[in-house]
Amino acid sequence: MADETPKPSELLSKIDYHTPSTHWMDVPVNIRKGMYCYASNPKSVEYLGLPNARAWNPIEEDWKLPENWQQILHEGFKERLEKFRSIKVFMDICVRCGACADKCHFFIGTGDPKNMPVLRAELLRSVYRNDFTLMGKLLGRFAGARPMSLAVLKEWWYYLFQCTECRRCSLYCPYGIDTAEITMFGRELLNLLGLNIDWIATPVANCYRTGNHLGIQPHAFKDMLEFFVDDIEEITGVRVEPNFNKKGADILFITPSGDVFADPGTYTCMGYLMLFHFLKEKYGLDVTWSTYASEGGNFGSFTSHETMKRLNAKMYLEAKRLGVKWILGGECGHMWLVINQYMDTMNGPADFLEVPVNPITGTRFDNAASTKMVHLSEFTADLIKHGKLDLKPERNDNKILTFHDSCNPSRGMGMFDEPRYVIKNVANHFYDMPANTIREHTFCCGSGSGLNAGENMEERMAGGLPRANAVKYVHEKYGVNMLACVCAIDRAALPASMAYWVPGMQVTGVTELVANALVLPGEQERTTDLRGEPLPGMEEADE
Amino acid sequence: MSVMAQLVSRKEAIAGKWLARVIDTYPPETARFLRGQQDPFANPVGQATRHSLNTLVDMLLAELDEAAARTALDPVIRVRAIQAFTPAQAVGFVFDLKPILRESLGPAAQNSEESALLEDRIDRLALIAFDVYMQCREKIYELKANEMKNTTYKAFARAGLIKDPDQGAGQ
Repeated sequence: MADETPKPSELLSKIDYHTPSTHWMDVPVNIRKGMYCYASNPKSVEYLGLPNARAWNPIEEDWKLPENWQQILHEGFKERLEKFRSIKVFMDICVRCGACADKCHFFIGTGDPKNMPVLRAELLRSVYRNDFTLMGKLLGRFAGARPMSLAVLKEWWYYLFQCTECRRCSLYCPYGIDTAEITMFGRELLNLLGLNIDWIATPVANCYRTGNHLGIQPHAFKDMLEFFVDDIEEITGVRVEPNFNKKGADILFITPSGDVFADPGTYTCMGYLMLFHFLKEKYGLDVTWSTYASEGGNFGSFTSHETMKRLNAKMYLEAKRLGVKWILGGECGHMWLVINQYMDTMNGPADFLEVPVNPITGTRFDNAASTKMVHLSEFTADLIKHGKLDLKPERNDNKILTFHDSCNPSRGMGMFDEPRYVIKNVANHFYDMPANTIREHTFCCGSGSGLNAGENMEERMAGGLPRANAVKYVHEKYGVNMLACVCAIDRAALPASMAYWVPGMQVTGVTELVANALVLPGEQERTTDLRGEPLPGMEEADE
Repeated sequence: MSVMAQLVSRKEAIAGKWLARVIDTYPPETARFLRGQQDPFANPVGQATRHSLNTLVDMLLAELDEAAARTALDPVIRVRAIQAFTPAQAVGFVFDLKPILRESLGPAAQNSEESALLEDRIDRLALIAFDVYMQCREKIYELKANEMKNTTYKAFARAGLIKDPDQGAGQ
């Protein structure tokens, strides 16, 4: 008998360590804590007049869907296929070559195959084939088709909110399929059933009501900027005087409200104020802020194209009301996707504005001839190129910098060199990250497209891993201690990512660096940077 | 040839087998990618895992320095702590090394003193892995708590409810 008892080694050798190979359609969705954001607050959904507002919980079995939810989705799908030729093409054209599969930061970070962009899109395409193609109707699963079910709907919701619409995958697609638009489309369908997340729905409602995501009312917005004015005076001895809602100003400036309220974006915001003060004193340039168009970001674009349009409209409306010549945009990410890709046809043409010309240098921004909106880094780079700023880059000598290309300004508008040019002129120590992680190949911060909440920290850390991995490399190799970027979500999200993956790395906006180096007319000798940290060589003076 | 010398001569094969098992804790489509892509920036998880395991095998066959083991384990545990693994799955790969070593030694050497020493080192490594895992999870909870705290604080500040101590109560 004893001889029949298997030996431990025999038992161990029989263990199969391979994960069972199961077809993706048969792998059930597991909505994991930390990987999703809380459901939208029904009050916010209602405020926007969006359908099916109700309280629901993603991890509960019953999502309290309207009875005819499948019909709503089918009709929503059909309507958009007819309306948007691009969506129809994206549904049909993919040959599943896999070029995109391993390019997504969420796939790389989570290791979940359903985060391969091709498979994430396939979640929608399978239903498209079932409902709208002859082959799908005839051959069913054999043709990659499957009917819509509650399990499929939950899978859509879970994975469409594990995409930051960064478009890195699209860069490698031989057909140029814009996966960001597929996600936008998918989320729009989910919104028909009231299935959004609160980190998006409430900012959108706030923006619709008070003009910005945080729901800051005009007087509070002005108060916040006044606080910065006090801080700037303390550091530089110069009292800057921002214009608010000034009719007849040369330029309207619009930036994400995150810069006004969230550290370290607030230092970038102080930078804007100082730069505009300098240009006013030296060259008489009149820039105005608006307490109405007080948000550059557009979380509406993560909701539906109609909501995106409604929130975006205020930019041109305010420019028209104030009678400015053109619009200058601050350091934001998806704001530039909306501006460059959709604003002109959505709310334009802005033929009441002029083709932007920098009145100080005479440079005409032909790239913005249609939108009439120039990025602050383009504007600053132009000023520096013409020697119009008085700079002391040595004030940033204790900062060893690298630059994170934000997804939208890089892939959405092709802006690669201007921010680098600015940084290299206002600081002396700059090292780029490896080539396949920057410029058009840049990795997302992992928290874009409305995913920078607190409850989904595991999701954010997983999505942020590839970016952080490249930062860690320059941190270890060159001693880089400061990560510069031109996006408010980056500034809000990257500090947490760095705290987990690359402790000791700080995050800054580019204009904060500019303002540190900028010599304001009549300023006192500065001993600290905008954060109150001693300037290089001023450590003792600060004590 | 001593047990340790035998293992040292086969350490690359041992590390390779260990890596294969760790990579097979992922779905097959992902495992293919983790195994195949050699660029450390395109495949940070695969390359960090490979690097960590190679270092740990070297360390186990020489001397187990706890601080160095912690440093070597950190990158791979830090990744697994946020992925869809249970705590046991996240750190359990350390124990996978035991059957690999047994297999590599053959029956005769399995009861040797050195073999017992190695198994003891692996147990210690597993405990260090558990410590690192908990530190990572605690960091995640700290980050979550801070995000929530900041949101609440800012909401109060916007409502004018935050006063500096030197402003006095009545202001």
